[in-house]
Amino acid sequence: MTSLILFNVLILSMIAVIAAIVLYFTAKKFQVENNPLVDEIAAMLPQANCGACGSAGCQNFAEKCAAATADDFAGLYCPVGGQKVMSKIAERLGYKAQEKERTCAVLHCNGTCQNAPDKVQYIGLKSCRLASRVFVGNTGCPNGCLRMGDCVRNCPFGAIELNKVTGLPQVNPDKCTSCGACVRICPRGLFEIRPMGKNGVRVYVACNNTQKGAQARKNCKAACIGCMKCSKICPDVKVENNLSHIPTTISAEEFGEQLAANCPTGAIIFTGKKNEQN
Amino acid sequence: MLKVSTAPHIYSQTNTRTIMRDVIIALAPAGLVAIILFGLNALVTIATAVTGCVFFEYATCRYWLKTRPSTSDLSAVVTGILLAYNLPCNMPIWMILIGCFVAIIIAKAAFGGIGKNVFNPALAGRVFLFISFPVQMTTWINPNWKDFLNVDVTTSATTLGILKHAEPETSFFELADKLPSYTDMFVGNIGGSMGEISALALLLGLFWMLYRKVISWHIPFYYIGTFALLNTIFWFVAGKATCEPLTQLLSGGLFLGAFFMATDYTTSPMSKNGKIVFAIGCGVLTFVIRQYGSYPEGVSFAILIMNAFVPLIDKAFHPRIFGTGRK
Amino acid sequence: MNKIKTFKIGGIHPNKYKISSDIKISDAGLPETVIIPVRQHIGAPAKVLVQKGDKVKVGTLLADLDGVVSADVHSSVSGEVLKIEDQEVSNGYFEKMITIRVEGDEWEENIDRTPDIIRDIEATPEEIVQIIRASGIVGMGGAGFPTPIKVEIPEGKKADCVILNGIECEPYLTADDRLMQEYAEQIVIGARILNKALGIQKAVIAVDENKPAAIEALQKVTREYIGVNVQVCATKYPQGAEKQLIEAVTGREVPPGCLPIDVNCVVQNVGTAFAIYEAVQKHKPLFERIVTVSGDGVKHPQNFRVRVGTPASYLIDKVGKNGDIGKIIFGGPMMGLSGINIDAPVTKTTSGILLLRTENVVVPEVSPCIRCGTCVEVCPQGLEPFAITNFVRNGEYQEAKKIHVLDCIECGCCAYSCPARIPLLDYCKLAKYEIRKKK
Repeated sequence: MTSLILFNVLILSMIAVIAAIVLYFTAKKFQVENNPLVDEIAAMLPQANCGACGSAGCQNFAEKCAAATADDFAGLYCPVGGQKVMSKIAERLGYKAQEKERTCAVLHCNGTCQNAPDKVQYIGLKSCRLASRVFVGNTGCPNGCLRMGDCVRNCPFGAIELNKVTGLPQVNPDKCTSCGACVRICPRGLFEIRPMGKNGVRVYVACNNTQKGAQARKNCKAACIGCMKCSKICPDVKVENNLSHIPTTISAEEFGEQLAANCPTGAIIFTGKKNEQN
Repeated sequence: MLKVSTAPHIYSQTNTRTIMRDVIIALAPAGLVAIILFGLNALVTIATAVTGCVFFEYATCRYWLKTRPSTSDLSAVVTGILLAYNLPCNMPIWMILIGCFVAIIIAKAAFGGIGKNVFNPALAGRVFLFISFPVQMTTWINPNWKDFLNVDVTTSATTLGILKHAEPETSFFELADKLPSYTDMFVGNIGGSMGEISALALLLGLFWMLYRKVISWHIPFYYIGTFALLNTIFWFVAGKATCEPLTQLLSGGLFLGAFFMATDYTTSPMSKNGKIVFAIGCGVLTFVIRQYGSYPEGVSFAILIMNAFVPLIDKAFHPRIFGTGRK
Repeated sequence: MNKIKTFKIGGIHPNKYKISSDIKISDAGLPETVIIPVRQHIGAPAKVLVQKGDKVKVGTLLADLDGVVSADVHSSVSGEVLKIEDQEVSNGYFEKMITIRVEGDEWEENIDRTPDIIRDIEATPEEIVQIIRASGIVGMGGAGFPTPIKVEIPEGKKADCVILNGIECEPYLTADDRLMQEYAEQIVIGARILNKALGIQKAVIAVDENKPAAIEALQKVTREYIGVNVQVCATKYPQGAEKQLIEAVTGREVPPGCLPIDVNCVVQNVGTAFAIYEAVQKHKPLFERIVTVSGDGVKHPQNFRVRVGTPASYLIDKVGKNGDIGKIIFGGPMMGLSGINIDAPVTKTTSGILLLRTENVVVPEVSPCIRCGTCVEVCPQGLEPFAITNFVRNGEYQEAKKIHVLDCIECGCCAYSCPARIPLLDYCKLAKYEIRKKK
């Protein structure tokens, strides 16, 4: 009996020893030399691997940070982690963090189910990228939102959802990290990363239609018709190709309310009022 | 309102529901034979298994997977019928319901529902019952078409049971006396699981499925072909203490398994070559288990084991791309 | 009759609905205005040569080809140019079009309008290519690839066989069928012209089995033309796809990413051959074509000879709507594009206009994949649409590329036969777009 127990213990120990030796050598052989600094920086990063910084994932970004000189470092920015993360990394590296304003994605379309009702019914695969190649879209607007939600499905942070009433994707500025996934995925290029503005006060043109006024209005009540009223209020607003564009340099507090109020179609959206209520 | 879609704008008449309906039609003759030969018990078993499976399917889709209940596509009905066909006819109802539970919830829903299961649900249910309740699962009632209400029930061993427990010294002729005749085995006048007894009824079902193009001929052909070939070789080499290949083919659940279980879409490979490999694997395993295993029957285990290899087979075998080298 | 041939991998047998195959080609007549797009082909739009207010005749050059992959556009009517601006095409997008108000029917003088068949080919090979280019001929099967490029064989390649594609495997469509029945000899001469241009002797006209009248008409004619043969092919979809047709007729398989010329074949649609005949022998540029107007939403299905630029609504008014229209398809039901603009013009590549009634428009109810393998079985290219779909759902386009999604010919067999109604073709198309975009 004793010998049996002894025998078992011996065999098990032998297996353990052999396994340990094998493991040791494989670990030695396949070991990857890691810069501890890189790992440390990577731990600070959000690990979303979204690619918004222009690097191939967070590890890559961390490597770039670790190798960067003070000047190089100024050009590196993680839009997801934002100021907080960047200053943390800067502190670790002994550099000065770059000052950057918080940004978020905005949708340049106001073709809601009410403003631009469906003219036809699309019954294929619900994908904006496919549908936009097949036809102009349910609303008939060749530049507007297709309301099928490719951006929603591709947002790595769940910051976009389709509004049930308007049908349009709605960006939640609190969750949005400006990673740019929606900008890249939208076949109509409707998203733009714009500065958040102070207290979330922003003003922008929610239209992308370059058709002539009458044609644009046929499909959508809220289309920009290129009437130039906005550029009269603020000369920095440029109207090109029947489409107005409000540059980010314009002060939203100063002109926003006036611009939105004077747009005859409601294509200009001013977020100030809503936020004051909140 | 005009509708817009990508091409194609027309569709075939076949959908999941029609496929499952065709399988049910194909299974009907075997069920009929079972009800005639085993009487009321068979009817109760089939009804219980189908109801149980449909109930569990509905419940899991509704409350667990949170998808549109897929009961209307009849796949749960098929699982229920197949499970019943794999049971002896006098199982207690609560055991059948346990089988349904294992089949639908553990083998199917736990993997993500229809189309995502790795193992054939009916077989998983059967094997679970087989291991848990070996006595009930191997009590084989003799068929008696005069006794519909199951008043006078006698039991006996199956053909494979006789073979497995035969003394090694038994000569071929002595053994042959104990076995049922070919006609009985072909028509179904033998003891066994409800659906597997009648080769004739199962063949009718196979022809219906082939005619309706529900399945291709590859899996049944290669499965039974491999099995028959191995048995023939074994018979010539080993000589006595085994039986001739035809008895092996007609006995046990081979036809039921090869026609209805191994051909299950979800748990068989997609490509033609993959199907052939899968079927050959099933044939070899069935042979090995029947000859060398401790169980008399190996079809369920063989198919379940090969089910596990399906993802690998699908990775290894792809159809030939048009315009690339011909084999 | 020689052996019936077909391609080996995959294929399906949809219902044919060839309700208009016995209806003679009739002239659609002249609408009040025509709208002629400057881009009716694959490639760059043509450069507009006319101006608003110009008077044009039938056959007048309206727009000149721009670059190698492009084609001339001619006027299909006589009258006055009303406007040149962006207008809505069938899918709702806007493209540049020339609107012409029809006044009378005055043709350019050099066009031979007599019905005589001219059998002797006088033009030299170089002249033939020149005439084809100047006549704005493009592939009339549907893709609209400019024909001159196909007729001029690139350096180092050689052709030994011209295949005329008389296989109209799309359900409903009968335009090519009628053309072969009524203009068999012209088509055969067209094949001869192609032979001469390419400097080869052999031409095969492939027709599928379900067109006995067309086969008979062609066989009667080809007896007198040595080297031109009729090849009967099985009625199977997509028999008319270029690669599948070459395999069926010659047994050669076009490798992935290659063109028919890489296996020494030149494939032309019979409609294109007819257009080549008219251009070379009759000096008539391509400005009209045969269009089938059919579908269950049509009262009297017709095969029309239509001037390019005729609005679809004009043709639909002629055949009469039957019931509530749920879908308009430009082309066949397997590969055609569904349109939202009923006033969109007929172009050089419009082989049919189908109207489907609302109650017959299938709204696919997608259910989970049951791994039945039908898509793999029917794919004529040997692809695995189910696997591609899984990759695309996860956004793994590079993985989809590895399993050859770029070889997909978009025939729609997989989506047609999927019992779970998964839009497999949509996923394949999406993968192709995304992969090409990334390049």
